[in-house]
Amino acid sequence: MKSLLATLTLTTALTLPCLAAARPVTLTTSLNNYGGDGAYLALYVTDASGDYVGSLWMAGGKSKYYKHLSDWNRATRGDATQVNGITGASVGAGRTLEITLDLADALFDAGFTLHIDAAVEDMRDSPNEVSVPLTTEGAGMPMKGRRYVASFAYDM
Amino acid sequence: MFRVLHRWPGLLALALVTVLALSGAALSVFPAVERLAGPQAEAGLTAATLADRILALYPGLEQIRRAPSGQITAYWFDQGAPGAAVIDPATGQGVASADPNLVERWLTNLHRSLFLGDGGRIAMAAGAAAMLVLSLSGAALVARRAGGWRHWFAPLRGPLVSRLHVEIARIAVIGLVLSSTTALWMTASTFELLPELGAMPAFPAKVSGKTGVALGQVPTLLQTPVAELRGLSFPYPGDATDVFTLRTDRGTGYLDQGTGVLLGWADLTGWERVSETIYMLHTGQGAATLGLVLGFMALCVPALGATGVLIWLAGRRGRPRIRGNHPAGRAETILLVGSEGGSTWGFAATLHAALSRAGQGVHVGPMSAFAPDRYARAERIILLAATYGNGAAPASAKGFLDRLNAAGRAADIPLAVLGFGDRSFPAYYAFAKAAARAAGAKGWPELLPLDTVDRQSPQDFARWGRTLGQALGIPLELSHQPVLPVTESLTLVSRRDHGAEVQAPTAILRFALPHVPLWQRLTRAGFAGFAVGDLIGVLPEGSAVPRFYSLASARRDGFIEIVVKKHPGGLCSQQLTSLAPGDTVTAFVRRNPGFRPGRGRAPLILIGAGTGIGPLAGFVRGNTRQRPVHLFFGMRHGGSDFFYGEEMVDWQAEGRLTRLVTAVSRGARPLYVQDALRGDAAQVTQLIRDGARVMVCGGRDMAAGVADALAEILAPTGLTPAVLKVEGRYVEDVY
Repeated sequence: MKSLLATLTLTTALTLPCLAAARPVTLTTSLNNYGGDGAYLALYVTDASGDYVGSLWMAGGKSKYYKHLSDWNRATRGDATQVNGITGASVGAGRTLEITLDLADALFDAGFTLHIDAAVEDMRDSPNEVSVPLTTEGAGMPMKGRRYVASFAYDM
Repeated sequence: MFRVLHRWPGLLALALVTVLALSGAALSVFPAVERLAGPQAEAGLTAATLADRILALYPGLEQIRRAPSGQITAYWFDQGAPGAAVIDPATGQGVASADPNLVERWLTNLHRSLFLGDGGRIAMAAGAAAMLVLSLSGAALVARRAGGWRHWFAPLRGPLVSRLHVEIARIAVIGLVLSSTTALWMTASTFELLPELGAMPAFPAKVSGKTGVALGQVPTLLQTPVAELRGLSFPYPGDATDVFTLRTDRGTGYLDQGTGVLLGWADLTGWERVSETIYMLHTGQGAATLGLVLGFMALCVPALGATGVLIWLAGRRGRPRIRGNHPAGRAETILLVGSEGGSTWGFAATLHAALSRAGQGVHVGPMSAFAPDRYARAERIILLAATYGNGAAPASAKGFLDRLNAAGRAADIPLAVLGFGDRSFPAYYAFAKAAARAAGAKGWPELLPLDTVDRQSPQDFARWGRTLGQALGIPLELSHQPVLPVTESLTLVSRRDHGAEVQAPTAILRFALPHVPLWQRLTRAGFAGFAVGDLIGVLPEGSAVPRFYSLASARRDGFIEIVVKKHPGGLCSQQLTSLAPGDTVTAFVRRNPGFRPGRGRAPLILIGAGTGIGPLAGFVRGNTRQRPVHLFFGMRHGGSDFFYGEEMVDWQAEGRLTRLVTAVSRGARPLYVQDALRGDAAQVTQLIRDGARVMVCGGRDMAAGVADALAEILAPTGLTPAVLKVEGRYVEDVY
């Protein structure tokens, strides 16, 4: 499926002086057969107080539809530049999105939460489709989304 | 220019545009079905009541949406399982599945991207652009052909395919322009080429922190009629900082989930309204009837494509290869062609071949390439010029007059002009006339006086060829066959003879219908579908040039009838008038759609003399619906050449003929048919005021006399035969 290696600098607060303190993390998102067009997925991180920290990936290229990813839209105030350079195609029903990113070690076991918002044309908008705390022991543990995601897991 | 802009995008984008149009037409049905099938909200229902009703049945309610069609959909979670349904607003109960219609989704993806993602979207946008170019260039062509935008709906003449093409196009063009323009706008919007100025209100920084407001009591929702509602999203369960998001036709706002207070609001921007209107115009969502109309117009596209390709093929066929064409600098005869549809090129090829056989070096080229400086060895220049619209230069003669006027002194090369056209048009051979006049004014010597060929008549052309041959001192027999017809052998069934006493022996000849093969019956080609007023081309023995006669019968009469006068020295009329029952002739049918009575109940004024009575009698015979018909018939002697005299009595008794006025030219008081018209001026005027259609059939002089008489009669009304011709209410079949 989709595989790439991106060096992700989340926010300046989390930027680390060297990449040695980062590790490749693979995010695997499999969609169920919901019977519609390709889903837009926004993957982003919030901190312990629920504030937006940064985006990891945007599946879906047309920014005019981003308002349907309502939590992400609310968190970023609709700022499409948040996903510059980390945007790919939307994900079809029954397909899997796999992305590999270098994530800062500091993101794990520090109260950060990874969220996925999902939306499909002419179907339900599903903000907070997935929300999973980023912990080292949670790695590799698949979980189900609310409507479209059959399973999501992050592996280190 | 317009023709090039019309032809090539049309041929190149045909498949793409057809897919676009067919899928678009199919999609246009869905909004209407949704509108009719979906339960509609009662008048005065507020968003508050609606939300209350749904929430009572679906406590895990997450979102309510209202489509432009009025269909309401709710999305909820029930113990972690997502649910969705189309809601009956009267009860709040789910009544139908909210799953997207798979057929509609499939068609939508085909329509906008051929299932090929962004590349497909760009291809389809190119298709829409092609459709726009085709619509605009086509509209310009129709206007030019009709003689101006004011004559947009003027009646058409010409071959069936090209009339069909224009008839369909001038109705569908509005929808196609609208659909293709909005399609391009939507593509531009999708590719973010247009600014997206839609603003969401800033998310409220402070909320009450309470939850559980009773929706039925929220003032903003109570003030929002369901008809204005677009969507209501519920706060995330357990998140006290979240809010209700309300979208209406006026804008977007946030509501506190504890108090129901409006926490923020942003009106729709003007830009958003424009975008939404364009979306509605394109999809028909929210304007189902318009959508169906546009869908119907889109259905015309395949028909336009098919007829367009046929016209193009016919044009290609009609423009033959010229073998052994001499370069302009080495030819003795320069033959220049001004042709619009290509048919005049066929005549040029025939003339080129005949002159070449006679040992001449001939150069054939378009009139637009007129360059007298290059004609170093030319001894004569011949212009074959058609006319376009109201006297404009045809396609291959564009710029000819400018070149002629810009050229210095006229060369000492004699020049002849032959005009091609349709006598029933007011601007018959007007461009040829203009070319001849301009050449005369420039001082070019005249090789032959200006002559004309009416409706591609091979006889006219052959006659002119003999005149040209005399001028050149060579025998020149031009036998031009515009389209090689499929001939049939016709057997004479009966004949009635008239006119011997007045030195005009004439026969009404009736032939049996030939056997018609199945494919002809299906396509109504050849003898399978002829009508009164169509022409029958008879090939006399010993000549390849057909002679044309107007048909006095239609297919449903069950026989083929013509009226033939024996001309001294006329090869074909001699042979025809000496036929005995059982003898056969070789013939084919040529359509003559310009000479038809048309549908409707408007009165008919039929005017004819001599053998011209044939088709007019045919119209009367076919008038079973008792449309008012007034027949003016000129003859030489009532006792000798009163063709159809006995039938006329029966037809009057049966109501097929309202009135018969005869004019007899030989006798104590010679009277021509135009005199009869003048004698009846008051009634003729009244009939024409009532919308009557005038049909004239007969010799050229008679037709000219009739036109003069009508011009006189109609002068007080401000109408003229020319105006009636433009309106299609004055048609002639003249020989």
